[in-house]
Amino acid sequence: MAGCLEGDCHFQSGNLRAKKRVGYVKKLLESIGVAGDRIAMYNLSAGMGPKFAEIAKEMTEKIRELGPFLKKSTPGAESAAPKTTSQASGSASLAVA
Amino acid sequence: MKTTTPSKLEKIIAAGHYAVTSECGPPRDGRPGVIEEKGKMIGKHVDAINVTDNQTAVVRQCSLSACIRLKSMGLEPVLQMVTRDRNRIGMQSDILGATAWGIHNILCLTGDHQRFGDHPNAANVFDMDSTRLIQTVKMMRDEGKLLGGHEMHEGRPKMFIGAAENPFADPFEIRVLRLAKKVKAGAQFIQTQCIYNMEKFKEWMRQLCDMGLHEKVAILAGLTPMKNVGMARYMKNRVPGMDVPDAIVKRLAGVPKEKQAEEGINILLEQIEELKQVKGIKGFHIMAIEWEEKVPEIVERAGLYPRPEVD
Amino acid sequence: MIMAKPKPIDEIIGYIGNFNKIMVAGCNGCVAVCEAGGMKEAEVLASALRIYFTQQGRQMKIDELSLTRQCDKEYLEEIKEKIYDYDAVVTLACGAGVQFMAEMYNDKFIFPGVDTCFIGVTEDQGYWTERCQACGQCVLATTGGICPIVRCSKRMLNGPCGGSASGKCELSVVAGHDIPCGWHLIFERLKKLGEIQRFGEPAGDKDWSHSRDGGPREIVREDVRP
Repeated sequence: MAGCLEGDCHFQSGNLRAKKRVGYVKKLLESIGVAGDRIAMYNLSAGMGPKFAEIAKEMTEKIRELGPFLKKSTPGAESAAPKTTSQASGSASLAVA
Repeated sequence: MKTTTPSKLEKIIAAGHYAVTSECGPPRDGRPGVIEEKGKMIGKHVDAINVTDNQTAVVRQCSLSACIRLKSMGLEPVLQMVTRDRNRIGMQSDILGATAWGIHNILCLTGDHQRFGDHPNAANVFDMDSTRLIQTVKMMRDEGKLLGGHEMHEGRPKMFIGAAENPFADPFEIRVLRLAKKVKAGAQFIQTQCIYNMEKFKEWMRQLCDMGLHEKVAILAGLTPMKNVGMARYMKNRVPGMDVPDAIVKRLAGVPKEKQAEEGINILLEQIEELKQVKGIKGFHIMAIEWEEKVPEIVERAGLYPRPEVD
Repeated sequence: MIMAKPKPIDEIIGYIGNFNKIMVAGCNGCVAVCEAGGMKEAEVLASALRIYFTQQGRQMKIDELSLTRQCDKEYLEEIKEKIYDYDAVVTLACGAGVQFMAEMYNDKFIFPGVDTCFIGVTEDQGYWTERCQACGQCVLATTGGICPIVRCSKRMLNGPCGGSASGKCELSVVAGHDIPCGWHLIFERLKKLGEIQRFGEPAGDKDWSHSRDGGPREIVREDVRP
């Protein structure tokens, strides 16, 4: 989740609200056994192209490390060994506020 | 002054003497000897002994049982009763039980909230508050009736009715109005929260005397000796409704640790002398929490020993 | 409005663990207002539960919907066919709604998804406080519109107690946040309204038989009954 630099939000405080909701989602994910790191909040301005590339890379690396998000379930199976899928699932959605 | 009950405390006040009361806290288990010991320690130096009722919402032997023991030792108990733990049925029942054992003094209190105590998960009762309890005891005594209407032809409570007041709680401007309400409800004596801020206390006394309340109700000034500067700081910062001026803390801090207890007692004795000059003061309620052994010394050094005899 | 808060998700997971087809039913009434059980919350909960059980390797059907209210039969009836596609329901309605659903669909397991807390008001976004305890005999006319049953921690009718300090209830120390002393508020309000003389009169008795203490309550209005 990418939002404007704090104090600079085009919508006044949309980035602050987003930060709180990201925090909530992190906790919710942790409570169901999913790494909260799969979602993160970054602040930058629309003009910070290199920074954007940097955080995109950082997040992608993090997700790769964490591995697939949802294990493919087979009917009646108990916790199966993690199977890799053809696409890296669970990439952070990037939205510039 | 006429008396309304066989209470020794009432008689002492009516005879124009300063009354001296103290309190003892029952133990947190079923041992019979603790109350007896405390009673023996202070019995000759006070006119009546309050027994607290699960004070600060911490479970202890019930006040009624300890009052019975003190009564059977020939001492004069004051049954403290909070409205937090019992409904009107339970309270009237305990009042009748106390009556059957010849207990003639009751202090009606609302009670500290149970979240302060050792059972914060408990449901509270608060069927009534202290003012309503005062009215209830008065009705049982003067009309011989229970709240539900039942009339008692014999065995009516003969209780001298007391209440507590905290002149230091907020808002200050209603503290005297509240006292007036309790007097209207039937309160005959008041034991105040322990005093450290003498100026504020004297202002409260002035206001209640202006309303003529000092002639309707006997004010017993509450006093607690500071054991050390730590206690003073704790009471100043952590106890709601407690007013401890900086001067007191400074005075105790300015004295070496081993002398602080003695200084605490000195402060209290000075307070007694000052209060003797205050219009409307009818006695002193000395609360030496877990320090009951100091009560005899305090009473003697305050010139209040031996206690007067009344019939 | 009835205010509730979401139950911890592990508690809900504990309820539904033995079932395979779950309906998450939100309510668009009170619980939607306090953001605990409306459609949005039902969607989030259903999604989180799907993620969890998939992670566990469990094949489960978990769907969500939201009803206008769950305290009126006409809305509960809307799911009378659909509910048979599921073997358990997690409802985010208040306790009344949970029970009404369980009464109507009494052969189904109906689980609560929120903890119902109080009757209250929205002081600010995300901040709700208690105002009414439904004592059954409203005394607000005598206290300047401030309820001593709720706002006084000891429900005194002749308050404040000796623990009131700087306008705050003694419980502020224990609770870790400021609780205004209800009777201090009442005093200030009566002063403002010029009714301070009410403070001098001992309040009358409170008849608790009109409240919870008298047993489960009902209201029957013959004038509006069919």
